[in-house]
Amino acid sequence: MSILELTAVELGKRIKTGQVTVEEAVQASLDQIKKAEQKVNAFVTVDEEGALRRAEEVQKKINRGELRGPLAGVPAALKDNLCTKGLLTTCCSKILYNFVPSYTAEAVLHLERAGAVILGKTNMDEFAMGSTTETSAYGETRNPWNLDHVPGGSSGGSCAAVAVNECFYALGSDTGGSIRQPSSFCGVTGFKPTYGTVSRYGLIAYGSSLDQIGPVAKDVTDCAAILEAIASYDPKDSTSIRREDNRFTEALVDEVRGLRIGIPRDYFGEGLNPQVRDTILGAADVLRQKGAIVEEFDLSLVEYGVPAYYVIASAEASSNLSRFDGVKYGYRSPSYKDLYSMYKKSRSEGFGPEVKRRIMLGAFVLSSGYYDAYYVKAQKTKALIKRAFDQAFQSFDVILAPASPDTAPRLGQSLRDPIQMYLGDIYTISANLVGLPGLTVPCGTDSSGLPIGMQLIGDCFQEKKLIRAGFAFERSRCYQGPAMAKELEQSTPNPYVGEASSAQGSIWEKGGK
Amino acid sequence: MRKEYETVIGLEVHVELATKTKIFCACPTKFGGAPNAHTCPVCTGMPGALPVLNKQVVEYALAVGLAVNCQVNQCCKFDRKNYFYPDNPQNYQISQLYLPICYDGFVEINTEGGSKKIGIHEVHMEEDAGKLIHDEQGERSLVDFNRSGVPLIEIVSEPDMRSAQEVIAYLEKLRMTIQYLGASDCRLQEGSMRADINLSVREAGAKEMGTRTEMKNLNSFKAIGRAIEGERQRQIDILESGGKVVQETRRWDDHQGISIAMRSKEDAHDYRYFPDPDLPPVEIRDDWLERIRQARPEMREEKRRRYQEEFGLPQYDAEILTSWKKIADVFEETTAICGRPKEVSNWLMVEGMRLLKEKDMDVEGLDFSPENLAALIRLVEKNVINRTVAKAVFEEIFWSDVNPETYVEEHGLKVVNDIDALARVIEKIIAENPQSVRDFKKGKKKAAGFLVGQTMRAMEGKAEPGLVNQLVKEQLSLL
Repeated sequence: MSILELTAVELGKRIKTGQVTVEEAVQASLDQIKKAEQKVNAFVTVDEEGALRRAEEVQKKINRGELRGPLAGVPAALKDNLCTKGLLTTCCSKILYNFVPSYTAEAVLHLERAGAVILGKTNMDEFAMGSTTETSAYGETRNPWNLDHVPGGSSGGSCAAVAVNECFYALGSDTGGSIRQPSSFCGVTGFKPTYGTVSRYGLIAYGSSLDQIGPVAKDVTDCAAILEAIASYDPKDSTSIRREDNRFTEALVDEVRGLRIGIPRDYFGEGLNPQVRDTILGAADVLRQKGAIVEEFDLSLVEYGVPAYYVIASAEASSNLSRFDGVKYGYRSPSYKDLYSMYKKSRSEGFGPEVKRRIMLGAFVLSSGYYDAYYVKAQKTKALIKRAFDQAFQSFDVILAPASPDTAPRLGQSLRDPIQMYLGDIYTISANLVGLPGLTVPCGTDSSGLPIGMQLIGDCFQEKKLIRAGFAFERSRCYQGPAMAKELEQSTPNPYVGEASSAQGSIWEKGGK
Repeated sequence: MRKEYETVIGLEVHVELATKTKIFCACPTKFGGAPNAHTCPVCTGMPGALPVLNKQVVEYALAVGLAVNCQVNQCCKFDRKNYFYPDNPQNYQISQLYLPICYDGFVEINTEGGSKKIGIHEVHMEEDAGKLIHDEQGERSLVDFNRSGVPLIEIVSEPDMRSAQEVIAYLEKLRMTIQYLGASDCRLQEGSMRADINLSVREAGAKEMGTRTEMKNLNSFKAIGRAIEGERQRQIDILESGGKVVQETRRWDDHQGISIAMRSKEDAHDYRYFPDPDLPPVEIRDDWLERIRQARPEMREEKRRRYQEEFGLPQYDAEILTSWKKIADVFEETTAICGRPKEVSNWLMVEGMRLLKEKDMDVEGLDFSPENLAALIRLVEKNVINRTVAKAVFEEIFWSDVNPETYVEEHGLKVVNDIDALARVIEKIIAENPQSVRDFKKGKKKAAGFLVGQTMRAMEGKAEPGLVNQLVKEQLSLL
């Protein structure tokens, strides 16, 4: 088995025992990135020099016994909406094309303390608004399972990078399914924790009440270890929650006997691709055979989730994104007459169409005369949806659901019909509205070979139940990445000659210009 | 014939709180410092930065709210007020609209017609904005975020005031209350207290409110008085000539004594308020509220009574000294050092107030040390200097906080107590003024006074007048 095929935790063990050096692992990732990027475009910034420098530093700390955790020395990637001090952070928007943060996001600091080596920043839908990674200002990411398809989104870059072995794991963010849906499309494992578990400090906000950072990796074990590293109470984030139970790796036990798993009938009706349905119900059978109690039930209110979500997320986004105005940082239109024309032109030229659509939608639902009819009503709907889940969790430990109605669509297919794209979020957004944890675990492929992931949803703070169910399930099968990952690894080196110019040295930036 | 009009006034008062750090980050609130020296990712609106509420802001807001008899929203929230302006780094201001911390209170003011209650609609917390600096050449504007995120409370009154006198009485009362609570220094000139005036007029006896205007840029009580009179007159003139008052925001130009329209209701912003998702509701539990109640410092009335009882001061003194927290503080600190409360009171009330009035100075600007005043009082007590000299020294202390001992020493202001030396001077004065001596002998007692005065002059004030008087009379009686 090559280094690249290892999971993060397996690699960590080999680094600890000296079988693999940190530099070897980092170099292997960088080589794979060089080969894969022209096809996949999962990264927007690769910090080769920084990663190699950091590899040396981490190796020394490991040798001195200062770093002992399971992730020490393991190369990772970060979604480009996580602030990294000194390293370009664009949210894949033109409006932040040159933004270099003065500080590092809290979750990333935790990863660094755990000994992570950051390879670079991954592609995403602009400001995390989109379900395909096609709204990125720096070109779409392609699905390593089939380059004609999207990787999903908005954390499509993180998921594709993990799938194609460019990194061992990545961080993503999930506002309405942005970790769980692309994880399903790319055949990787993605975890959105309970709202408040991971500090949002340094995550460039889309919908503040919904955003949560989480891991994307090859299996549940990795996800549990990464979440354990990044979960923490942070006094800098007022929505952060002090939790005692964040030893998530403790839940990695292959035992689901007596675990009550609910299958919401409303999630398996019209609009769901039958192949996806059958694959997920097949996964439910696996868990049943292992002793879980699997039952169907009616969740209710499912159809109200999407409208409530788009009202709340857009409202918050319209306000969160108002700071991008060309005054302090980021893009400023080269020609303007006065202050207001500077605002108008900078924002018109700096934001892409999907972001503008959501800013306008958000400004509309908050405007006087419409606030009660839209925003307040959406908040009430959210409260009702929460009640429906509270009720479900009285009977079940875990809810098993699809992560998306379909497998990854072809490039260009989704953006033609935004409403249809929004409706694709139907199975994932409730977890964000209610703050619930959700875990996507690969469970099969469709007839064309595109991955299907199942989604496990738990009650707030019940991540461990999800980890247990996911871990038990994946024990029944072995992880399989896309064929391309191996093909690229075995191909001859193909030095990266993308848009990055040599003048930028060994930091390749697709923004920044 | 002109009709009788009634003026209806409501106030929005912004008060900058005396916290050491900003409302949502740990940056200092202190004045001075290079532009953007007191900033961080939070108060400059950097992507990904998040606000964390400063508890002291809640405590000050509660203290003020309770002091103005408000109800408390024990679960209050912050809302975002969205508008674009470069002094506002996030392009939204974090404020409170839907659930302000305190509401429905009143303050009692004394007016010519007796006491009157002015309703308080609400007290809410919010953040201040930065400052735009326009380049001299007009080529560009710069922004300084040092003030961005400085905590404010806004106190919104009901439209219960009817005259400039009532407005000023209300503001004086608010200011005194807040200063006593230590929640702010409330300096109008420096902008740590700012009042916007909502004013309308209506025919006397009318039930309906007239159309109101909002007046901004008022930075002294005098300006407020003039602005109210000016705006009242302007609105009456419009109505008298058959016109209609336009609802708008106006800016008072105290220099010219006129107001200028800033923006009308039509171009009013839609602020798209909504609850800030970055800040959970603030829960104010009973025990916290009780602690705030318990921690309330001595307020003016209590202090006044105590001054009369503990220090035996006359009511008049106690009233004056307590009318400014700052003066009361100086009084108490000085008395603690040198005792003699009545003497301290006299210096502050007579000389101190005189100087303040002469220079039209803000009491908050007082910054001499009580130690120096106490030392001055001791010098007088020990007859080291006489009262005339002491007054001059007080003035030096008042302006430059000089150490009176050093000052008296350096300027040779000590009383000359050498009787022989003094007697020689008096002999000389008597010899030089035979006419006065003749007048005295004829029974003109005033003549002695003249000779005393001449002696004091010759001594450059450094003699004890009582002693001089005694010596002059002794020498005259010998003639």
